[in-house]
Amino acid sequence: MKAANPLYGLMAEFANERALLEATRRTYAGGYRRLDAYSPFPVEGLAQALGRRRTAVPLIVLIGGLTGGLGGYFLQYYAMAVDYKFNIGGRPLHSWPSFIPITFELTVLCASLSAVIGMLALNRLPEPYHPVFNVPEFARASVDRFFLCIESTDPVFELPETRRFLESLNPIRVMEVSS
Amino acid sequence: MPEGDPKITKGPEADVGYPLTPLGYPSRILGPGETYDTVTERISSIVLRHPPLKLWWVGFAIAFSMLMMFLFAVTWLLYRGIGIWGVNIPVAWGFAIVNFVWWIGIGHAGTFISAILLLVLQKWRTSINRLTEAMTLFAVACAGMFPLLHLGRPWLFYWLLPYPDTMGLWPQFRSPLVWDVFAVSTYFTVSLIFWYVGLLPDLATVRDRAQTWRKKFIYGVLAMGWRGSARHWQRHQSAYLLLAGLATPLVLSVHSVVSLDFSVAIVPGWHSTIFPPYFVAGAIYSGFAMVLNIVIPLRRIYKLESYITLRHLNNMANVMLATGMMVAYGYLMEAFMAWFSGDIYEQYMMVNRAFGPYGWAFWALMLTNVLIPQALWSRRVRTTPILLFLVAFSVNVGMWLERFVIVITSLARDYVPSIWRMYYPTRWDWMTFFGTIGLFLTLLLLFIRFLPMISMSEVRELVTEHEEVEP
Repeated sequence: MKAANPLYGLMAEFANERALLEATRRTYAGGYRRLDAYSPFPVEGLAQALGRRRTAVPLIVLIGGLTGGLGGYFLQYYAMAVDYKFNIGGRPLHSWPSFIPITFELTVLCASLSAVIGMLALNRLPEPYHPVFNVPEFARASVDRFFLCIESTDPVFELPETRRFLESLNPIRVMEVSS
Repeated sequence: MPEGDPKITKGPEADVGYPLTPLGYPSRILGPGETYDTVTERISSIVLRHPPLKLWWVGFAIAFSMLMMFLFAVTWLLYRGIGIWGVNIPVAWGFAIVNFVWWIGIGHAGTFISAILLLVLQKWRTSINRLTEAMTLFAVACAGMFPLLHLGRPWLFYWLLPYPDTMGLWPQFRSPLVWDVFAVSTYFTVSLIFWYVGLLPDLATVRDRAQTWRKKFIYGVLAMGWRGSARHWQRHQSAYLLLAGLATPLVLSVHSVVSLDFSVAIVPGWHSTIFPPYFVAGAIYSGFAMVLNIVIPLRRIYKLESYITLRHLNNMANVMLATGMMVAYGYLMEAFMAWFSGDIYEQYMMVNRAFGPYGWAFWALMLTNVLIPQALWSRRVRTTPILLFLVAFSVNVGMWLERFVIVITSLARDYVPSIWRMYYPTRWDWMTFFGTIGLFLTLLLLFIRFLPMISMSEVRELVTEHEEVEP
């Protein structure tokens, strides 16, 4: 690898999601680990083919929702029963049924916000620059083409070897990605 | 697709030729011959090149003038105060609350389509969810105007929120009006982020297809560097599904909370346990009516018949028919309970509604909201866009009248006849109401012009499934 033109990886282009899924499975089976697949719509099983199982998003949402719910209830309890006691028709200060709607709303609000913020943070978005965009053909990754990229930092990555391997997967073409 | 069938080899515009199910309903949710490329081209070109520009400008000019009228009315309101409206004691909740409930109800169809229909795997939601979510956002924005302006001193709106203020006070958390603040602001926020999460991959498509530097930059910033990585998609789908799951109880709660504003009060005609479900059904009813009123002209102007097919219209009409029957049942039960309660105030409320000074509104309501929608039993009406448009318009008018009847007639004559008083809206009331329609249309037209109004990534999935079913 030359310092003047550092290589981010090699990228193969496919015509449909079945070809990409098959190629990803074979690449993973071939021992490559630092790779990513790109598609214009979610392809079922593709993340699993890359060796990923679960995402942490549901856990983040659960934590966010619990925080919102408990915090919301405590806010109302503290305000109505501790900090500013206000007798309305002799009803109990800790009138929990009337605290339920806001508790529910704040649960949903915090859970939803943590879903989005958690998803973006785990995906490391916003990310203004990424080497894959250096490939002109990659513009079609958001339209109708499917890409598989093996990164040069992969321990098994060897330029002529990996290129031959990618070409054996019957792609439309194989391209070098500069970083 | 099976060869030799002349019906489906026609172009996507040939609605009449669409195949039917055995029961005689249109069955396609995607026009024939659609590929990833045609989907992307058709939808992103509306954003990037925008073909029917003239018509758009005409619409925008009208909408924007109405928005200016709204700003004028609001400016005068802020200068002179609430007295320019027709509200007074006993009718302290005039047009502001009627319009608030009407708008927020309209928003419900968007969340219903995008969240509930996603969870119950209704594929036909795919091509209309983006547009209806946008409608939700704009309708809630319009709705929010009214309670804010009705505060009298809108610049002090933050008093509604819990914050450690120097006066040592808290909002009254036992009041449905405070629940409303939380419900509506949560609803708006969740709708906005749900919409944006769905929009993210499509913004990337627009970014990648944009020709000029400026468009590339703006859509690039909005797309946040989305590149369609499988890892990203996995988290994106997980977050999207969870948001749908969260939005589902939310949409049912929002109008329930709005209805509690009424039913917790002891005013005859308001103090009723049927209100929450009946309001939610009414909200979805009016929301679908508004969706149809928007979608029917749009699919024609932008030639989207291939994505918003007769099956979509038929399905939406069915939802309208079902929720319309629930609303009609609500009216019936209101009348029955008024009689059955044996309470003279409740009984008089019902007589007053139908035969009192606002009787015309009640009968107009029955006509537009109960009688005319019965036309939807006919398949011909459900699959003829122009007829469906007219029925949906009648429902929109009817749902507005429903809120007028509930708010005004109950307040104008409650208990002691000596404080009965009529309510007459002033020109400022009307200008504010039509002004928010201008706000709604302005936002909608800007959305259509600058953002993809159909979810391209989801329609691509639909294309893939179609290929698998009909290779």
